[in-house]
Amino acid sequence: MVSKTLKKLTQRNEFYIFIVIMLLSVVIEIRSGQFFTPNNLVDIASALIVPGMFAIGAFMVIVSGGIDVSFPALASLSVYTATRILTDANYKGGMLLPILMVVAFGALLGALNGFFIAYLKLPTLIITLGTSSVFKGIMQGVLNSTQIATIPIGMKQFGLGALFVAENQSSGLTSRMPTAMIMLLAVLFIAYIVLRYTMYGRGLYAIGGNETSAYRAGFNVRAIKFMLYVSVGIVSSLAGLIRVCMMGQCHPTNMLGMEMMIIAGIVLGGTSISGGAGSLTGCMIGTILIVMVQNSLILLGVPTFWQGFFLGMLIILGTGISAMQVSRAGSRAFKKTAGEAAK
Amino acid sequence: MAQSVLKVVDIKKSFAGVEALKGVSLEIAPGEIHCLAGENGCGKSTLIKIISGVYTADAGYIEFGGRSYQKITPIEAIMNGIQVIYQDFSIFPNLSVMENLAFNTELADKRVLVNRKRFRKIAEEAIAKIDFKVDLDAKVKDLSVADKQLVAISRALMFNAKLIIMDEPTTALTKKEVSALFKIILALKEQGISILFVSHKLNEVFEISERFTIIRSGEKIITGNTSDLDDKKFSYYMTGREFEDLSFTAKNVEEEPVLEVEDLSLGGCYENVSFSLRKGEILGITGLLGSGRTELALSLFGLKKADSGNIRINGKEVVLDSVAAAMENKIGYVPEDRLTEGLFLSRSIGENIIISDLNSLSGRAGVYDFKKKKSAINKWVKELAIATPDPDNACSTLSGGNQQRVVLAKWLARDLDVLILNGPTMGVDIGSKHDIHKILQSLAEKGLGIIIISDDLPEILQNCSHILIMKDGRVTARLDPKKIREKELSEYMM
Amino acid sequence: MSGKTDKASFLKKLYSRDVHISRLLIMLAAVLIVMLLLKPEKFYSIANFKTMAAQFPEFGIMALGIMLCMITGGIDLSVVGVANFTAISSGVVLKSMVDSNGNLLGYGIMATLLFGIMIGAATGFINGLLVSKIQIPPILATLGSYELFTGIGIILTKGKAIADLPLEYSELITAKLLGAIPVQLIIFVLMACLIAFLLARTTYGTRIYMLGTNITAARFSGLKTGSLLIRTYALSGICAALGGLVMLANYNSARADYGTVYTLQCVLIVVLGGVNPNGGHGRISGVVLAILVLQMLSSGLNFFPQISNFYKSLIWGSVLLIVMVMNYSTENKSAKRVKAA
Repeated sequence: MVSKTLKKLTQRNEFYIFIVIMLLSVVIEIRSGQFFTPNNLVDIASALIVPGMFAIGAFMVIVSGGIDVSFPALASLSVYTATRILTDANYKGGMLLPILMVVAFGALLGALNGFFIAYLKLPTLIITLGTSSVFKGIMQGVLNSTQIATIPIGMKQFGLGALFVAENQSSGLTSRMPTAMIMLLAVLFIAYIVLRYTMYGRGLYAIGGNETSAYRAGFNVRAIKFMLYVSVGIVSSLAGLIRVCMMGQCHPTNMLGMEMMIIAGIVLGGTSISGGAGSLTGCMIGTILIVMVQNSLILLGVPTFWQGFFLGMLIILGTGISAMQVSRAGSRAFKKTAGEAAK
Repeated sequence: MAQSVLKVVDIKKSFAGVEALKGVSLEIAPGEIHCLAGENGCGKSTLIKIISGVYTADAGYIEFGGRSYQKITPIEAIMNGIQVIYQDFSIFPNLSVMENLAFNTELADKRVLVNRKRFRKIAEEAIAKIDFKVDLDAKVKDLSVADKQLVAISRALMFNAKLIIMDEPTTALTKKEVSALFKIILALKEQGISILFVSHKLNEVFEISERFTIIRSGEKIITGNTSDLDDKKFSYYMTGREFEDLSFTAKNVEEEPVLEVEDLSLGGCYENVSFSLRKGEILGITGLLGSGRTELALSLFGLKKADSGNIRINGKEVVLDSVAAAMENKIGYVPEDRLTEGLFLSRSIGENIIISDLNSLSGRAGVYDFKKKKSAINKWVKELAIATPDPDNACSTLSGGNQQRVVLAKWLARDLDVLILNGPTMGVDIGSKHDIHKILQSLAEKGLGIIIISDDLPEILQNCSHILIMKDGRVTARLDPKKIREKELSEYMM
Repeated sequence: MSGKTDKASFLKKLYSRDVHISRLLIMLAAVLIVMLLLKPEKFYSIANFKTMAAQFPEFGIMALGIMLCMITGGIDLSVVGVANFTAISSGVVLKSMVDSNGNLLGYGIMATLLFGIMIGAATGFINGLLVSKIQIPPILATLGSYELFTGIGIILTKGKAIADLPLEYSELITAKLLGAIPVQLIIFVLMACLIAFLLARTTYGTRIYMLGTNITAARFSGLKTGSLLIRTYALSGICAALGGLVMLANYNSARADYGTVYTLQCVLIVVLGGVNPNGGHGRISGVVLAILVLQMLSSGLNFFPQISNFYKSLIWGSVLLIVMVMNYSTENKSAKRVKAA
């Protein structure tokens, strides 16, 4: 029984990525003695919030057989618009209104993606490339976006709010665990429940596996896909809002370009880029690895400008190893059926 | 006659002005096994789609158990006990057997949440109906083709099915699996479930069905009892043509063998296979699915290198470890699955013909000699009578039989010594099948060595000069087609 | 009366012969006409055409490479990474090509260009290996190599720019032949002609179209799919490298984060040009037209100071979406027709 579970485990990408994370942590710890300190762990957790939320949305799209590259632009636009309106109105209230606003904007922009993809059945990569360009254009052209240096006080306070503060005994450095962590956990929990325990979530896997079959089985493919893009719009916009709050200012363009990193993390976590297979656990583990490489290399004494190199190597090795596994498994399966037939 | 399960009356349907169905009627009694046959494109799949509510008929009506409908939705069809098992089984390879079985029922019940206990109960109930033993937690992609089909059948039975429509259900099954399927079909009949069996394979029609309907170019040609049908009549109803008998006798056989295979083995696929082929002969290799016949062909074409043994071409020993090596030795291969392995559907007919012979149509650095290119294309379109107004048209505009000719042309454009064909007339109309056999026989007469791999026994008997039977990876018999009948041949295979 | 319908059906035939190209031509004409009506002197000036001709080659060449990869059914997202990496390493080589007096050696420019092209071929070769031998999906393989090459660029420059290059290089590449034709444009035209020739007149072209249509059938037809893919990605690498060499001249410096918007812009151009993202179809004339349309559109916009430059991405994105929707409706029509047959 134990050996069977172990065997199952070793066939999964998540397991290997987890080992890589462990090894990396140990190496960093040995080199710097700084990894397993309370403040560093809290720092990593805090850096995970925004990418983590983005990843959850992008993961669901990949499971359904699509690929979304528009979520950073979508989030930037909805958050910028909300912040601009609130700042101009001299808004002094709490977080509820900003959250409601970005949810509404996110849903609206997500619905645009959903319309093209679910109703017109156009390819997701190309469409999201297009909408991403449109979102950027609206933000920078029509809205003439500029940096908003002072965000409404409620948002600022939320960004500064801490669940607890971790202190490194030896160095005296402290790190806050942001309140926003709760939002990541909440979104993660909801996504987990939806993907595992609702027909909607199983429908996403079914569509990713075989869209025609899903339609014939009675899944409302159009509605499921449309809702998917709406909810990805909402989740991404919330992630964008958190980022703005945590930074204490709204910079319209600094989220752009994150999409590739996020998708890389998801795929490293064992999600099949062609859809239908992958777990939320893997998605989060892959994202953690990416965040660690981005944040912890400095502890290894590696200059920050080596980051891109390591990320690139990681993506190539990670996807390369799983690609080789797939092709080996394919030839094994072939031999197996042929062998069985021969008996 | 009891109240019919399904009655289709005078159905008409056109697409963009082209009539696909010109007033077809059909009636199926409870517990009847009915075969719907017809050539590709005759309208039988349109008819099925109308019965299952995917398309709406332009005229005519459908009756389920006495209630008549002008148009129905897929849901209404299911409510009336109609279930379709598509050729691809409509399954989710990435999900568990349990989920595959439970989804339809759960969705029909408009469930929002997943309850694994209930899922398991539904799945267990479903497989119990046909006494199907399978690990419910296994991923469907890990099952054999036959088991995937059983998943689809047991799923269909969950809806108080009264009529199950099976679209070409035996295409990917081995002989053993087909007889297992037929047993299940008979058991369903016992329970009063009717089966509409869509096929164009004659032997299947004979074996399983009681009544049959044949459609040709959108019109019903005949409905009758299978017992009144024979080989000749069947081909005539299907095509409207009469065919002369084309038995092959090898003439012009060269003395020396062109291809000799000695003790060839590939682990897990085939063992110690030996045979020789002379120019002018047609060698038939047959055996059940999984007997190693396809792997042997792939080895001879350099796609799966053999582990041990020798291959000699014109007396010279060769190593076939790549397609390029096989092509250098003048071997060509017409693959099993025309659409995925043989053709570039959206590219032009001309390009499909010349793709394997590009080097002889170009000069240095691969620059085309356009004159040569054009004349090569025109030559083969003419020689194989490929029915097209313009070879620049996409290959997808051709019928199955003409597409198969394109695949043939691709290899004939090269100067070959040996041509291996795997299932040369699979999914091809009877008319084209006849023509392709004629082409192959005349090629052999002109001095080509041909190997036909097929489980279409009449095809093997009619066209080959020798027959090899493969079983479990070994050659178990060498037979002379002149001295054996189909029945004995199929006994050798089992 | 009948003459009129004849003419109409002739136009219709002409239009439907290649819908993508016809649409792009109409778009091009529309831009030209609008400009003629609104800003005739400014737009239709030699200076403007000179500027435009000097601007588009740097991303235009990269788009050509992506087009080739897309024809094989893949994509090359690493072009900008390759371009910057090439520009940086060539910049380093260029700086080393000076004699003791600080003058550029006679063969310096030639050597730098050759070096850059070799870097491009090598990086493309790596992409090709990842795609064909290790079988990583192209979108991921080239995404990874984009990070990798950009990363190496950052390491080489420590995140700063390579500047203070010998001026001769930049002067040569940005020079105007006969006082009018920018050298950048000539590089683009040469590359476009080479690729057009390869696609239309050589067996390599047929092979990659066929490979992109059905890779299994390609293997069963005896095509060497591995080597074809490697050659295609290497060619795309060379295109990207040329783009990088042009960028090096245009900015007279190199940095790892120049032109990051070009990746998506090039993909957009290629799709707009009618290349099928699933492979097997697409023409270079469409891609070149798409480049021209977008360049004229964005240059034209510059003459309207009230419209910010940032509207460009809005317009480009909208054009892409509209074209996709139009493709959808025409494909649906033809699909129905095929089904009926």
